[in-house]
Amino acid sequence: MNPAFSVVFFTTLAGVAQGLVVALAVAALGGPAVAPGFSATMLAVAAILLVLSLGCSFLHLGRPARAWRAATMWRTSWLSREVIVLPAFIAVVVLWGAAVRTGASPLWTQVAFPVAALGLAALLWLCTAMIYACLRFIEEWAHPLTLASFVFVGLSSGFLLVVAAARVAGEGELARCCGPAAVVATLLAGGARLLALRRNARIRHRSTLQSATGIAATRLVQTSMGMSAGSFNTREFFHRASALGMRRARALLVVLGFALPALLAALGLATSASWPWLAAASVQLPGLIVDRWFFFAQAKHPQNLYYQVVS
Amino acid sequence: MIAWLKDLFAAPAAIVDAATIGTDRGPSTTLARQLALVIDLNVCVGCHACVTSCKEWNASGSAGPLVDENAYGADPTGTFFNRVQTYEAGIFPGTDTIHFPKSCLHCEEPPCVPVCPTGASYKRAEDGIVLVDYDKCIGCKYCAWACPYGARELDEARQVMTKCTLCVDRIHDEQLPKEDRKPACVKACPTGARLFGDVKDPDSEVSIAIRERGGYSLMPEWQTKPANQYLPRRITEAAAPPTRSGASPAGPTDAK
Repeated sequence: MNPAFSVVFFTTLAGVAQGLVVALAVAALGGPAVAPGFSATMLAVAAILLVLSLGCSFLHLGRPARAWRAATMWRTSWLSREVIVLPAFIAVVVLWGAAVRTGASPLWTQVAFPVAALGLAALLWLCTAMIYACLRFIEEWAHPLTLASFVFVGLSSGFLLVVAAARVAGEGELARCCGPAAVVATLLAGGARLLALRRNARIRHRSTLQSATGIAATRLVQTSMGMSAGSFNTREFFHRASALGMRRARALLVVLGFALPALLAALGLATSASWPWLAAASVQLPGLIVDRWFFFAQAKHPQNLYYQVVS
Repeated sequence: MIAWLKDLFAAPAAIVDAATIGTDRGPSTTLARQLALVIDLNVCVGCHACVTSCKEWNASGSAGPLVDENAYGADPTGTFFNRVQTYEAGIFPGTDTIHFPKSCLHCEEPPCVPVCPTGASYKRAEDGIVLVDYDKCIGCKYCAWACPYGARELDEARQVMTKCTLCVDRIHDEQLPKEDRKPACVKACPTGARLFGDVKDPDSEVSIAIRERGGYSLMPEWQTKPANQYLPRRITEAAAPPTRSGASPAGPTDAK
């Protein structure tokens, strides 16, 4: 596939916000005491990230003015379900932030909103991942590792951000509670992605040029795709990066997205300094953008079999 | 959906099992009527008359206009519902050149329809044609991702998804003489490589051709049940066994 930067940024930023909200919700439900000011600020950050990601998703549409129609087919379409869950999640995060700011009853700020936010964050991960995992013939995506990747990558980035912010703001108790979770989530995310990368690199696709054309010859080559200068089919489904570029992107995403952040976070656990956490969070974000780009680029669409040769 | 999720989580992390997940696509509805094309690979000569005729009809009909960008420049590109591709099968000198027209296959289980978030993509109950409602399409391109055949093309000017309509604005038009109520590509084909009809009617020309000449579907591995089918190349047997001096078929004749 040719990765669309709108979708790459949308899913990455939404994932950070989801992980951030999960960390705050878990802390509110049973963890350490957190200053209301800090909670409200972090919820505002999450809301801003979510609104930004929603904006990115609009950039993917050819007809953004009609986007409201996308909420109608939730019975059959995971994309439609995502379109419903994302605004609901934003609404809960904004309302929770407002409740914290206005000093509403702990029943709201410590129970109701955190539970709702947890549920919606999980649902959003499910919807986003299933958009890709339900396409059975894109075999790189049609696998439970897709869901695991979206969940763990989101948790890792959100928890790293929370711990970094908590260290800076002097919320020592929150940082101490979330720190180990951030390291574990980063390791799980890296593990899930490495497993998926390995599986996808070795995949033997069910569709072949023979099954695509029904011509049973052992040697079968395309001599013309039927047009000379490309079409939607050649623009949308081919990433055009070189093999070397793909190898570099893969190395970059493993190091920046997971290895370095995990090392820095472990260092942060061992010391009381806040800079390792800040470094981990800021190194990881570009790594995750590359990772999500790679997630799309690595998927080979079966339609590409029909678009091999111009003549 | 629950069974679907169970499938997803039950699938072990093995490559061979990847394709078995997500096979629940809801109850299939068998239509009484399914219009489709049957393409005879024996007689297609790759002239692209179906491509240009399709473009001409649909650029000026209810599906149009289909944009052409940079039409007179070095890199012309545009929206087409039908393409003719060429393949070479076998090893020289026993090679076959096979011209291969490709358009939407109007699947009986179209994977592009349930994924559409707006309901713009739909399959007509009365004749099985898969269509896009251009007034509802938001141009998210998800249906194109969900089509293994690459049958859908986004119109870059209108930013809506477009695809073969089987000339729905022509085949049911009673203003036209009966012999013209066929898709433009079928009317244009000079060799009669394109047959059109109801594949659910066992006595139709297309059903007979599929039955008697071994019609097959593309990518049967995904169970999309394409309505359009292809008639394989037939290798003509020699009347008498080749003599020692006569030319014997050289190279493998493994082309279907």
